[in-house]
Amino acid sequence: MDGIPIHFYLGVSALLFFLGLVTILARRNLVYILLGVELILNAASLNFVTFSRYGGNLDGQIVSIFVIILAAAEAAVALAIVLNIYNVFKNVDVDTPSELKN
Amino acid sequence: MDSFSLSQFGAFDLALMLVILLLPLLSFVILIFVGRKLPRQGDWLATMNLSICLGLALLLFAKMLVHEEAPELAFRSAAVAGVDAAGNGVIEDYNPIWVDVIGFVVKPGILFDNLTAIMLVVVTLISTLVHFFSIGYMHGDPRYSRYFAYLGLFTFSMIGLILSDNLLLLYVFWELVGVSSFLLIGFWFEKPSAASACVKAFITNRVGDFGFFIGIAILFTSFGVLGYHELFSALSADPTAGGTLSAGLLTAAGVLLFMGAVGKSAQMPLHIWLPDAMEGPTPVSALIHAATMVAAGVYLVGRLFVVFTPEALLVIALIGALTAIFAAFLGIVMHDIKKVLAYSTISQLGYMIAAIGVGAVTAGLFHLMTHAFFKALLFLGSGSVIYGMHHHQDMREMGGLRKKMPITFACMFIATLAISGVPLLSGFLSKDAILAGALFQWMVPGSGGPAWLYALPFVLLLMAAGVTSFYMFRLIFLTFFGETKSEHADHAHESPKVMTVPLIVLAVLAIGSGGLGLTSHLGIGTHWFNDHVAAPTLDVNEPNGAFLNTRSTELVLTEDEEHAEHSSHTIAMICSLLVAGTGIFLACCFYLWRKLSAAKVAAVLAPVHRTLENKYYFDNLFVGVLSKKVIVGGLNRFLWWFDATIIDGIVNLTARITRVLAAIQGLFDKIVVDGLVNLVGLVTIVWGFFAQRLQTGRIQTYLMMFLIGFVGLAAAFFLIG
Amino acid sequence: MENAMDLSPLLTALWVLPIVGMAIVLMMPSRASEAIKTVAAFFTGIPLVIAVVLYFMFDRAAEGFQESMTVAFKWIEQFNIEYYIGVDGISMPLVLLTQLLMFVAVFASWNIDKGVKGYFAMLLLLTAGITGVFVSLDFFLFYVFWELMLLPMYFLIGIWGGPRREYAAIKFFLYTLAGSILMLIVLIAVYLSAGTFRIPELLAMGQAGQFAEGPSLFGLPFDKWMFVFLFIGFAVKVPLFPFHTWLPDAHVEAPTAISVVLAGILLKLGGYGLIRFNFQMLPDAAKWLCGVGEGSIPLIQWLAVISILYGAFVAMAQTDFKKMVAYSSVSHMGYVILGLAALNNLGFNGAAFQMFTHGLSSAALFLMVGVVYDRAHHRDINGFGGLALKMPVYTGLSAVALFAGLGLPGLANFVSEVMCLLGGYQAEHTRYFAIAAAAGVVFTAGYILWALQRVFYGKLNEKYQTMPDVNGREIFTLVPFIALVILLGIMPGWVLDWMKVSLDGVARLFS
Repeated sequence: MDGIPIHFYLGVSALLFFLGLVTILARRNLVYILLGVELILNAASLNFVTFSRYGGNLDGQIVSIFVIILAAAEAAVALAIVLNIYNVFKNVDVDTPSELKN
Repeated sequence: MDSFSLSQFGAFDLALMLVILLLPLLSFVILIFVGRKLPRQGDWLATMNLSICLGLALLLFAKMLVHEEAPELAFRSAAVAGVDAAGNGVIEDYNPIWVDVIGFVVKPGILFDNLTAIMLVVVTLISTLVHFFSIGYMHGDPRYSRYFAYLGLFTFSMIGLILSDNLLLLYVFWELVGVSSFLLIGFWFEKPSAASACVKAFITNRVGDFGFFIGIAILFTSFGVLGYHELFSALSADPTAGGTLSAGLLTAAGVLLFMGAVGKSAQMPLHIWLPDAMEGPTPVSALIHAATMVAAGVYLVGRLFVVFTPEALLVIALIGALTAIFAAFLGIVMHDIKKVLAYSTISQLGYMIAAIGVGAVTAGLFHLMTHAFFKALLFLGSGSVIYGMHHHQDMREMGGLRKKMPITFACMFIATLAISGVPLLSGFLSKDAILAGALFQWMVPGSGGPAWLYALPFVLLLMAAGVTSFYMFRLIFLTFFGETKSEHADHAHESPKVMTVPLIVLAVLAIGSGGLGLTSHLGIGTHWFNDHVAAPTLDVNEPNGAFLNTRSTELVLTEDEEHAEHSSHTIAMICSLLVAGTGIFLACCFYLWRKLSAAKVAAVLAPVHRTLENKYYFDNLFVGVLSKKVIVGGLNRFLWWFDATIIDGIVNLTARITRVLAAIQGLFDKIVVDGLVNLVGLVTIVWGFFAQRLQTGRIQTYLMMFLIGFVGLAAAFFLIG
Repeated sequence: MENAMDLSPLLTALWVLPIVGMAIVLMMPSRASEAIKTVAAFFTGIPLVIAVVLYFMFDRAAEGFQESMTVAFKWIEQFNIEYYIGVDGISMPLVLLTQLLMFVAVFASWNIDKGVKGYFAMLLLLTAGITGVFVSLDFFLFYVFWELMLLPMYFLIGIWGGPRREYAAIKFFLYTLAGSILMLIVLIAVYLSAGTFRIPELLAMGQAGQFAEGPSLFGLPFDKWMFVFLFIGFAVKVPLFPFHTWLPDAHVEAPTAISVVLAGILLKLGGYGLIRFNFQMLPDAAKWLCGVGEGSIPLIQWLAVISILYGAFVAMAQTDFKKMVAYSSVSHMGYVILGLAALNNLGFNGAAFQMFTHGLSSAALFLMVGVVYDRAHHRDINGFGGLALKMPVYTGLSAVALFAGLGLPGLANFVSEVMCLLGGYQAEHTRYFAIAAAAGVVFTAGYILWALQRVFYGKLNEKYQTMPDVNGREIFTLVPFIALVILLGIMPGWVLDWMKVSLDGVARLFS
């Protein structure tokens, strides 16, 4: 484990982040966007854990656990909204709920 | 209060004078407020008050007659309060204060001397007789009590005028007699002619009063006093008033003061109001416009004689003489009996004024008194005729009234003899004295102008004497002789006793009042008037008094002059007798024997006749042109137009300009100021129009921009930083 | 007087009571018109009684402002503005005149039936404003009251006036406002220069020539600018030719009572201001415009004489009775200015007394016109005739009023006119002007008697066969003025004695 330099972890994390970002930017489906958000969260978590490991204290680990819990809660709420949107609009496209526009 | 004594004047006499002054005012006040509710509408009250006044005036006059001491006793309303250490009487001033500001203190006081005494008697006597006469004449008038109230107001003012001891107070009463004259001329105001006559009278008088006031202002400014005595003593101490008064200015003051007399005494050219004033009830004409008020001007000029310079006196003499002759001519052509008497009055007033102008002050004032009696008699007589004729006054409708109204005729005839100058009647004596004075002035001319001007008064007055007797006998013949010429004349009747008794009293006075002043060379009568009603004189040092008139400064005559004075009386008497006789004779030829025809003479002298009928065009000039055209029609309208169009026009123009400017400002506000504000809005709108494109509401877009921004910033950071 | 009672609360009450009355009137229901009128009468009547009391408590021998009636409180401390009131011999008679006129004005307005509540509220406010002007000893307070008085006047003419009321009201308002703006400029300038608004102090400074040292503008010294500005401001009010044209319009359109107040007091505010500020505060500048001394201009006497003669001639041209009386005011107020221009004792006394007497006589004249207007509903002088036959009492009262107008001796106006003219003649710089003004007396007689002849004399106009004579209320309004005009004609001392000591102080500035 010690043999793996830090920028490998960070590279994976950056990759995850960009995958998530691209997913959010490119996809219209709310579920995919949620997936993108999860990817970004995980990228952040990976960073925390990495810096925790190399930094010498456990703060990053704790934050990462918080993030996982938070992501779970967020996913639950977001999926509920998605379901509601689906019930009303019969699809989960991000552009469809435009009632507040103009 | 000390008691009444015949030998001394004191507070008691003062009280009497105040009673005489205030009783008529009392009747005015009572009658004006409750007159209608009194029994007989209060005529008895007014008449009683006046009779009391007459009694008191006679009492005072009697005292003056027997008074042995100084011929001119004057005192203000003051009384001797005690004796000071040096033994001089201390006079305590009891005068009430009327106006008292620093530099201007007016204390009304009473001046009582022989002239005052005789004037008081004349005024109260004629007023009383007129009151009695009016009871008959005004009987049944709807405003009967008001008439007596006005008479009371007039009498009060006239008595005040006589008793005043200073110029301003004189002016006050002067105006008050004017206003009571106004009220009485306009008594029958529903007649338009009466309504305009009273206004004309008042305004004409005001023109004279304007000069009078300026005259007072000149004297007051120079000497700082208003009382006659203070004024005279200041004048004798230093006629130049410390250099502020020049001969020219004093002459101006004299002429201006005289202007007041010209107005009030109806001298040319301000005489035009008096004939019109005949619109008033006839007793009023007798009292005010013949006997008393119009004589106030003469009284004024006589009272202030010492103030006049030789130049001013010459002006006075000439105006008086011209008035005497020109008014006398007008008397010939009038048909209205009262108009004849009116012009006769003007003419006789001219006599008095001229008398004072030539220095014969005593003669002028004497004529004032005698004229008051016989002219009042003539007017009341004509009133009786008019009353008998049922208020018709045209002499062409009369004739033959001698038999129907014998008492009236007899009385009027006596008055006519008196005014014509028939010997031994009062008018003869006074007129003769005036002519003598005028002749003396011709013989010994004064220094006021070229000598030939001093000849004029005598010549003119002598002619006027002839004309006077002519028109007066014309009046008598037309009215009382010949055939009756109208129904009214047929039914004429003698007036009641209340009217004829005053006539008889006046007739007696017209004969006898001359007795007060017969001149010594006739050897009968008393000298009272000559000795005791002289012109006031000044005690002046020669160098100071350079420009005062000699009559009031020195009484010493040279031997030649004394001779001239003596012979002037004889010559004047002979001349006047001749002239008056000629006048009477001619009148007989024309109107009694009908040997000559007045109409033919009139036809031959048509232009003259026309001029006379138009009263020398004075009325046309003053009323028709000056008053109606120049002032009312021209100046007033022009100024009113000026006010409404130019001045108000400027004001309205300013307003309009302001409104136009406001409109322009409004436009500026709308276009420029509001434009800027709107521009800001517009820019914002345009900007927003573009900016709203960015606002898609799509999270991904924002995220994308955020990303681009981040990358850009990061790139910038790495590249620059 | 030692230990004199402090009378200043009474003086304050003079203007506070009408305000209280106004408040009460405003709280009353507008239907209770009789009650409103009674309240108005009460709240002008009490000040009248107080004014009479003050008049007789007045110490006639004391020069300057009466100590017992003076009071000062701080009001706006930052600017040294105080509530500072008091009276002297010049203002005391005018205060009394104000109270009398306002009291009578209430009765003269008894037949107002439109907007009764507003009318009487305005009338009471007007009373307060006018009284305040006369009693103010603080220049700022003076200005406040001066403006306070304008407002009700504007509404009284503009709402309760005749057919052209709005034009007249606006004209009046703008004219006066133009004048007061000039006054405002002086007010500010004086404060910046002197640092105080206290009138007695300002007078002392002005008399010491302090304002002459102020900055000069366009080559004209500071005090002369002040004089000119104030003069125009007050001349509008007087009104002096050529600032007079608001007067006929305002008079003709205003209801009777308001005309009475206008002619009776409002014009006197101008004269009062002239004496108080122009002549008493700036004697050197006054000499300059009265033609005394080197480089001076005889402007004031020119304007006075033009006003006198011009007013008389224009009055003669009028066919509207009220307009004639209005122009007669222009003419008569000219005598006031002539008296002032004489710069001597007689002139100042005459001018101040003329203000008082004209207040009485013009009030009577307007009431007189009001009586006939109420009956005939027109004011055409030529449209009457012979009224003396049907209305003897009215004719008698009118005759006295008219004769007072033409200055008949025995009536108060004579005394004041004679004093103005004699004073004018006495002073060399106004001598010939006084002569010309005396000629005005003839024309005055002309228009007044001519009007009298056309209205009262002659044949009775058939239309007015049944015209009733004056009623009790009308007699009640006319009689005080007629009685005072006669009383003061015989005993002018009843006013002159109050004024002469103070006016002697003014005259001494010029001797």
